[in-house]
Amino acid sequence: MMLDGLYQEIILDHYKNPHGRGLRDPYDGEAHHVNPTCGDEITVRVSHDLNEISYDGVGCSISQASASVLHELVQGKDAAAASEIHHAFVELMQSRGQVEADEEILGDGIAFAGVAKFPARVKCALLPWMAFKDAAARAGVEVGVSPEVKA
Amino acid sequence: MSFDVERVRKDFPIFEREVNGHPLVYLDSANTSQKPVQVLDVMRAHQERYNGNVSRSVHTLGTESTEAYEGARARIANFIGAASPDEVVFTKNSTEAINLVAHSLGQMLRLGPGDEVVISEMEHHSNLVPWQLLCERTGATLRWFGITDSGRLDESSLDDLVSERTKIVSLVHMSNVLGTINDVSRIASRARDVGALLMLDCSQSVPHLPLDVSSLGADLIAFTGHKMLGPTGIGVLWGRLDLLAQMPPFLAGGSMIETVTMGGTTFAAPPARFEAGTPPITEAIGLGAAVDYLTGLGMEAIHQHEQDITRYALDALTSVPGVRIFGPETVEGRGGTVSFGVDGVHPHDVGQILDALGVEVRVGHHCARPVCSRFSVPAMTRASFYLYTTTAEIDALARGLDQVRKVFG
Repeated sequence: MMLDGLYQEIILDHYKNPHGRGLRDPYDGEAHHVNPTCGDEITVRVSHDLNEISYDGVGCSISQASASVLHELVQGKDAAAASEIHHAFVELMQSRGQVEADEEILGDGIAFAGVAKFPARVKCALLPWMAFKDAAARAGVEVGVSPEVKA
Repeated sequence: MSFDVERVRKDFPIFEREVNGHPLVYLDSANTSQKPVQVLDVMRAHQERYNGNVSRSVHTLGTESTEAYEGARARIANFIGAASPDEVVFTKNSTEAINLVAHSLGQMLRLGPGDEVVISEMEHHSNLVPWQLLCERTGATLRWFGITDSGRLDESSLDDLVSERTKIVSLVHMSNVLGTINDVSRIASRARDVGALLMLDCSQSVPHLPLDVSSLGADLIAFTGHKMLGPTGIGVLWGRLDLLAQMPPFLAGGSMIETVTMGGTTFAAPPARFEAGTPPITEAIGLGAAVDYLTGLGMEAIHQHEQDITRYALDALTSVPGVRIFGPETVEGRGGTVSFGVDGVHPHDVGQILDALGVEVRVGHHCARPVCSRFSVPAMTRASFYLYTTTAEIDALARGLDQVRKVFG
């Protein structure tokens, strides 16, 4: 079934057993993002050194697994590495499946390559990443570019 | 009267297509309905043979277009039991009709602090946000009916909610999420007693039930063409003629004037007063053809078919483990729109897996976020039926939900 590309085992694992879920104190920046078309919501908190990233939200398997992967990949990285990961993930999601994902940078994030082929779901995958970027900015850390999300 | 659903389906070319390798199972008619060839043919013929602008041309094409446009208005008026075609105002959709009323009535009633507008928690955002904005503009207070646990309008505080302070009551006739059909007779009677006007959002009821504005108890109703076999871009505001005649214009421009000088303007009588600019002519004619199609089958027969399908669907869904239905669980006082949750699976994921099987449902908050909040969920999955829905399609939905449970089990 075509859905194999979307619901990879890795994504379902992160959805069922999310990493780092739950909002924690202290933090330096917080952002709350919603997807107005579906009502999915996420809150992300980060410390200024990115050593602590916490989040909580309600949403589909794609958005929640994406938050878990973000936590796994970015927590404890410096701003430059976080930027590189952020950029690579956003590029992958906007590729419509035309970009080869780099596992060295994206780790479990490569499982989202299939999501890029479902335009209606790209916003779901990007929701935590956009909230993270805003939360980081409020903590004084500039992460990545600010792409217009089309979906 | 026997209702031959297979015969009906042959009028809808879209049912010939497949989706993701499966026959199309379209269970999203509350979102937008599919269109029969009878509607598509009329619209194409108009564009090809009769196209001219309406209400201003002396030439033959303009005259024929005007006759077709006004003919559609007359048939739509007849379809809803209006006293006169002049009570039917063409708008872009229900949303525009409700915004028109919110602006025009707000001005006519000189709404201000101390006045109240009453809606409900069951509203689509289109019958909620315009009233929020009206109250923000004028200082009036917005109040609302709640929803009971079984998905009915909570009328227990009717006499408190609708009082001498109430100027406008605007309610959904049939919920686009819960499927609840609101019996508004008590509320209409109370509104009349206190001198408030009653508007009904009939977007989900006019397409599916026999409806007669002369006995409904409302002063104004709104509905939209694309949910009743017609095209997008055309909606209807119906209002009592004596009320429309008192209401000031909303959008201004060509066609809505009586006479214009550089110093000022007087306005046409309804419905022209509320139809500024070139209207969606082909779409109005298409909606007229849709009304002919529905009338040909009979709204009572259509409603009965949908009741049968809904009963079948409620049975099928309640027998799927982990499925929770939001709204009335029997067909009494409800229409063919059924929202549900699948335990532990987000509606987006439910919808995605169903789509892979060719089953098209709506997921999300359905432009009625307060309804989702009322039932403490961020989103719901919704299956909605129409005159072309079959029990085989309900079976496909139930099989799809088994697949959902397998993927996320």
